[in-house]
Amino acid sequence: MRQRKRALFVIRLAVIALAAVFICSFSMAQEAKQVIKVSAKKFEFSPSQITVKKGVPVVLELTSLDRLHGFACPELGIRSDINPGKTTTIEFTPQKVGTFPFHCDNFCGTGHAGMKGTIVVTE
Amino acid sequence: MSLNMDRRDLLKLAGIGSVVLASGLWKNTAVAEADDFVFLQISDTHWGFNNPKINPDFAGTLKQEVASINGLKTPPDFIMFTGDLTHVTDDDQARRKRLTEFRGIVSELKVKNVRFMPGEHDASLDEGEAFKEIIGKEMHYTFDHKGVHFIVLDNVSDPRTILGNDQLEWLAADLKKLDKTAPIVVFTHRPLFDLAPEWEWYTRDGAEAVKLLMPHNHVTVFYGHIHQENHHMTEHIAHHACKGSMFPLPAPGSAPTNAPIPWDAVAPYRGLGFRTVDGRVKPVKYDLTEYSINGEVLK
Repeated sequence: MRQRKRALFVIRLAVIALAAVFICSFSMAQEAKQVIKVSAKKFEFSPSQITVKKGVPVVLELTSLDRLHGFACPELGIRSDINPGKTTTIEFTPQKVGTFPFHCDNFCGTGHAGMKGTIVVTE
Repeated sequence: MSLNMDRRDLLKLAGIGSVVLASGLWKNTAVAEADDFVFLQISDTHWGFNNPKINPDFAGTLKQEVASINGLKTPPDFIMFTGDLTHVTDDDQARRKRLTEFRGIVSELKVKNVRFMPGEHDASLDEGEAFKEIIGKEMHYTFDHKGVHFIVLDNVSDPRTILGNDQLEWLAADLKKLDKTAPIVVFTHRPLFDLAPEWEWYTRDGAEAVKLLMPHNHVTVFYGHIHQENHHMTEHIAHHACKGSMFPLPAPGSAPTNAPIPWDAVAPYRGLGFRTVDGRVKPVKYDLTEYSINGEVLK
């Protein structure tokens, strides 16, 4: 009887410890995310240079101030439409250091070709 | 198989000195009555463009081209403008003005069977509203000529660079009516395949259209947008891009950006022009002849 109680106690302790580790690591991961707000309007992104750390998850929160735009960074394999009136999120974890151009890929007017920026990934 | 090739390679592949779509007999009765014909493709006239460093004759180039077409010894059966009739403007009224001026200039063409389709410069900012008002209500449509089924697709009025589900369903329904051996010519503004996605030389759902066309034995696509001649095969489907009529653009991947190539005073109008397509039957083949703005045949 006594041995059974002890076993149950150990199991409970293990479960609590595992839960604590899970919650702790989850919240650390949440804290570690790099959340960056990017606004788009004819014919610019703000900011036009986005600096992030390699290996750390990134959340881009994209909004449009006027019309439909696009956000495309082919070298990092990310793209999305940016519809006005709502926030669009793109999540990714950069795996390589460097400077990667992005651009609007939904034709938006006379300055469309110049609507560009860069994502700089550092160590 | 997807293959990029220059025109010379394609001619070599065809082995008979012309761009061959396919050969063989077909069962469709209407097709059996088909006859030779010529159509003319002209693209990317960008009326309203006004940068003299790129084209100092921006106000005269289209008019010269109209005169050259009128001077052809053999007038085409019909003329197809494959988009970007006008240059982009953010002003809705200016867009209407440019489209109206364009319409006035091309009304001087002697050939009166003239068909149009929009480019993104004409139709992406207002989803084709001004184009429909001034040029024509149909953005995608079909017509038949001498036994060939022509399909005009709109991959520009939705600024997301797509055909969209509605148009794809419409295309599927149209193709369903055709014999698999019927000759089909497709006109688009942007390429249906991924020529240079980083330059937006693609259609995001273009592969869906190609998939629908693939079961048909004799399909050829003529498009514009890239302001240069380009020939590409997607299995048995040939894709031919036409020169532009206002400024040339660099070859895919040959430059950091796809900015227009500046005017060369030593070789004015270089890289600009139009083409005729000589369609023949029994066997089916299409000869492409490239012309300069001045109407000279280019070798």
